[in-house]
Amino acid sequence: MPTKVLIYIKVHIINPTKNFMTRIEQFVKEQADYYGRRRNSLMPILQAVVQSERYLSEEAMVAVAEELDLSTADVFGTASFYTFLDTVPRGKNIIKVCKTITCHMKGKDEIISTIEDQLKIKLGSTSSDGRFSLLQANCLGWCHKGPVMLVNDEIYTEITPEKTVEVIRDYLKKTK
Amino acid sequence: MSKFQVNLKINNLAIAVDEGTTILEAARQLNFNIPTLCHHDDICVAGNCRVCVVEQKGSRLLPAACATPVGEGMEILTNSMKVRQARKHVVELLLSEHNADCTRCIKNGECELQKMSNEYRTGNNQFISLLKEKDKVIDFSSPSISKDDSKCIRCQRCVRTCAEMQAVNALTVAYKGNNMRISTFLNKPMNDVVCTNCGQCINRCPTGSLTERTYVDQVFEAVYDPTKFVVVQTAPATRVAIGEEFGLEPGTRVTGKMVAALRRIGFDKVLDTDFSADLTIIEEGYELLSRLKAALVDGKAPALPMMTSCSPGWIKFQEHLYPELLENLSSCKSPQQMFGALAKTYYAERMNKNPADMIVVSIMPCTAKKFEANRPEMRGSGYKDVDFVLTTRELGMMIRQAGIDFNKLENESYDGMLGESTGAGVIFGNTGGVMEAALRTAYEIITGREVPFSNLSIKPVRGMEGVKEAAIRFKDVLPEWNFLEGVELKVGITHGLANAKLLMDKVKEGNTGFHFIEIMACPGGCIGGGGQPLPTTLAIRKKRASGLYEEDEKMILRKSHENPEVKELYQSFLHQPLGHRSHDLLHTHYYSRKKI
Repeated sequence: MPTKVLIYIKVHIINPTKNFMTRIEQFVKEQADYYGRRRNSLMPILQAVVQSERYLSEEAMVAVAEELDLSTADVFGTASFYTFLDTVPRGKNIIKVCKTITCHMKGKDEIISTIEDQLKIKLGSTSSDGRFSLLQANCLGWCHKGPVMLVNDEIYTEITPEKTVEVIRDYLKKTK
Repeated sequence: MSKFQVNLKINNLAIAVDEGTTILEAARQLNFNIPTLCHHDDICVAGNCRVCVVEQKGSRLLPAACATPVGEGMEILTNSMKVRQARKHVVELLLSEHNADCTRCIKNGECELQKMSNEYRTGNNQFISLLKEKDKVIDFSSPSISKDDSKCIRCQRCVRTCAEMQAVNALTVAYKGNNMRISTFLNKPMNDVVCTNCGQCINRCPTGSLTERTYVDQVFEAVYDPTKFVVVQTAPATRVAIGEEFGLEPGTRVTGKMVAALRRIGFDKVLDTDFSADLTIIEEGYELLSRLKAALVDGKAPALPMMTSCSPGWIKFQEHLYPELLENLSSCKSPQQMFGALAKTYYAERMNKNPADMIVVSIMPCTAKKFEANRPEMRGSGYKDVDFVLTTRELGMMIRQAGIDFNKLENESYDGMLGESTGAGVIFGNTGGVMEAALRTAYEIITGREVPFSNLSIKPVRGMEGVKEAAIRFKDVLPEWNFLEGVELKVGITHGLANAKLLMDKVKEGNTGFHFIEIMACPGGCIGGGGQPLPTTLAIRKKRASGLYEEDEKMILRKSHENPEVKELYQSFLHQPLGHRSHDLLHTHYYSRKKI
């Protein structure tokens, strides 16, 4: 007769009611207090987080889902839809070059390669000092003055490689 | 009140239908079949795949039949030259981003996209393939569900199922345009997210993108290994569904044929999960009574309402979303796991087999059972209690592979010791079935009389409504239960996790008044499980449910506590319900999980 071995597993039930909040959780809670906790409060809260943190971390998205009683996947689905809601860490200054047809025809590729040269970063990446990220954006609504480039919230229209170099130099000076 | 009638013509045939009917529904009434992919009767309209386009006279555009309501005087052509051409192009475009690896696909033969491309004879490859190499990586992380994005046509049936029917929202639509994909939170592996493994997404996926993890080969390997003693258990809901795999009507009762087929495949013993369903009733019934006693006699505050724990999808759902209510869950393992634990202890001992050489296979209507069998706490016997879990569909595959002509088999009956069952065990597969079985037994234990319903059919707990309620008052109770004299037991029954969520929110607020709640994760209960034959609709689920009720009525024994093998088990092995051995083998613990 084989001997029976019984395995006992000890169970730790984690207390679901936490009594402390991280900085992000606190921030998200404040935003939810301000914007409300309905589903349509999701966008302004996500925008507020991006404004303050420059991107949506996993922790932030979990906190938003918790506050609004949504699933984390839903929050991620919304965040990933919008170019302006980043889900990966970005630099202090975010450069977005318009990639839509008009700006493309007016030479946005040259603008991008100028910035790549100047900052020594590739399109879609962030400089190693964390000062700049170089991205593309969908139509920014400035087709009549293309090509255009957006640095943070500032729009630069009818830019040329020369003008781009100057703009970037200014930002290099501003952000140490 | 009759609705406003709308007159229209479909393919030149006049018809009047209710206002708000879609063109698709109106065409069906005239027996015109319009193909659909993203549309499914169980979930809301999406209108994104465009294969159901029809021509509307006087309009340049082709409206989607599933998403367009009828209008007065409309003239619709469902199969004009323009429609045919457009539809063929739509299918070809869908195929251009689909990994059409049909011969190696588990959905081969059951794939809706494959059927459609066959119908429309697509094959001249006029569109460039947009299939991305990076999407060819299959997510095998979950023991239940595998996700292959290269076969996804982005119809979003799974997303709508997960959100609307199950309120889990593990899947979402992420990114946009040509980068759009069906994703979990941060593209995490399926095993690391809130997914309950219920498999409802599999039942609705029109392609082979979401499928169950299959263990058919491992089971065959075990069956052909002469050193292994392989026993198989079959869940209640499989016996009214496996026939569908062989062209029979949904709900056809083929218990005897199924047993015969399993024996011909080569399983050493064919046993029944219904046996352990009966056992579950005894354990769970006594657990409920002990909680009621604690509340009414000892003045304690036990966790009430008590909730059933037979559905592993529901268990994981609660662990993720309602960890504060885990105390309310019955500590009973599901019948599958009770069976596994007993097979490798009690049964092995009696059969004089070494449990190390035993393989327990279960045939389940469920994909979450695959996950459950892999839970680390499900090793009560000292071994993995249940080694492999196959779905009803996989059993169909095994029977075909073994070259068995299923429909011509003679009926055979289950082997003994863990094979006898009662009608109460059979109806476990239906929503309300566990409750009905529990009431039949509990009422009789307490009062010594049968439940006061004609033919033991407790009708209020049956049916497909989202949340059902029933109450039963105990009168003239036996002396040992006199604390229950005049007590009204209130029970609630729900199925589908979206309904369960609504009910749990009420339970959290504490205003349901229920003492006992039965919850099954899938719509209709196990008969609508994620491992059942395809397709699934409400009508099919109803047929399967009535199949189970018929089976119950044909049984001689219809109350769990009358099962002679269960009685024998208690006499010679477990000694008493909720006893020491029961605690070791038949009960379990739950964990709180993150909401990701």
